Amino acid sequence: MTLPPDVWSVPLALRMALRQGGFSLDVAWEGRCRLLGLFGPSGSGKTTLLEVAAGLRRPQTARIAVGDAVLRDTSAGIDVPIRERGIGYVPQDSALFPHLGVRGNITYGAERGKAVPLQPILAMLSIEPLIDREVSDLSGGERQRVALARAMVSSPRLLLLDEPLSAVDVPLRRRILESLGDWVTMARVPTLHVSHDAGDLQVATDHVLILREGHLAGEGSASEL
Amino acid sequence: MTGELLGIIQLTVLVALAATLVMLPPGVALAWWLARSRSPLTSIVETLVTLPLVLPPVATGYLLLRLLGRRGLLGGVIDRIGVDVIFTWRALVIAMVVMGLPLVVRAARAGFEQGTRRFEQMAETLGAGPLRVFFTISLPLARRSVLAGALLGFSRALGEFGASIVVAGSIPGETRTVSLAMYGFLETGRDGDAMRLVAVSLVIALAAVWLSNRLVREGA
Repeated sequence: MTLPPDVWSVPLALRMALRQGGFSLDVAWEGRCRLLGLFGPSGSGKTTLLEVAAGLRRPQTARIAVGDAVLRDTSAGIDVPIRERGIGYVPQDSALFPHLGVRGNITYGAERGKAVPLQPILAMLSIEPLIDREVSDLSGGERQRVALARAMVSSPRLLLLDEPLSAVDVPLRRRILESLGDWVTMARVPTLHVSHDAGDLQVATDHVLILREGHLAGEGSASEL
Repeated sequence: MTGELLGIIQLTVLVALAATLVMLPPGVALAWWLARSRSPLTSIVETLVTLPLVLPPVATGYLLLRLLGRRGLLGGVIDRIGVDVIFTWRALVIAMVVMGLPLVVRAARAGFEQGTRRFEQMAETLGAGPLRVFFTISLPLARRSVLAGALLGFSRALGEFGASIVVAGSIPGETRTVSLAMYGFLETGRDGDAMRLVAVSLVIALAAVWLSNRLVREGA
């Protein structure tokens, strides 16, 4: 893929083959990435691809690299531990720590790298009033925004978003996605964004990979979806 | 309630508390390891830890006596350090720990297996190392099961008899716990005192089991 030369991006390698139970994922893609969308029907392997990139699933063969950092290369025997991959992962169910409050969740990964200013992220996601609340008091959309903040605050090298705002109402979601694009460029964090919603991907991605039955079935700009 | 009975109850509660504190760290560590490890050693360790639950307590006591006695595997070392173990409160604590440990491990393991793995992985993606994950995620999420296990271990320690009498005897003021005293009273015709100790044991056991069940229910 070709991004305009004035748009910041990094080289990304996503090569993986995984067979688990009756499911197999076989994807090979390399290119430059700023905001890369993953689109496809349920069961096409989008979540599995993110989990392999995060190190949560162990593929039979893989080469996953972000810029100069190789996270997994089975042929070279490289397997960076999950905690050292520098991943900001937002899973579909948010997976907020139930025993920590909103502040405890958002700041959990803040020790990892350079200090990321909290306030602009809270404002961008409209969650400032939630900061002293308990996780159990949040709605689905609020939980998703807190999970996104937690990933952004952790100074990630790669952001992995799995339907990150599916429970947020459309106007707010679109506004957040537009701001996310600016934040990604400013913070220089390449992002993989899984969504069922072509409209969301048009707002928040430069390029989209289409997965079907565990294989790369096509790619192009989001407007071509 | 006479001073003698109060002394027996006090000694029993103190020693059982000490045993619970001693059995908690290894019990929780073992439970976490058994819940997470894929090593083939887990089945061997699990069997060894569970053994005191099914072995006759007197047999466990005898094995401890062979291990901790002066000519035993550990007894020689302990003897050289100059610490008396057999027929002291220390032997009592050891017997209670061995008998209570399986209960702590089983309860805590159930807690670590009830969906804490996903949150541990999330913490890892956020850069947390193994110790930070354990103390900030795994243990707090499994705390109710760990507490329930501690209560069961404490209750088991309170009622310990078979292993204790072999390694610690029944020395008044030193190793005579409620269970050992109850047996002694029944043998010497002091049925009234035995009955009083039965009543106290019943109250403590009921409270511990009720609290333990409540913790497990609320944690589920």
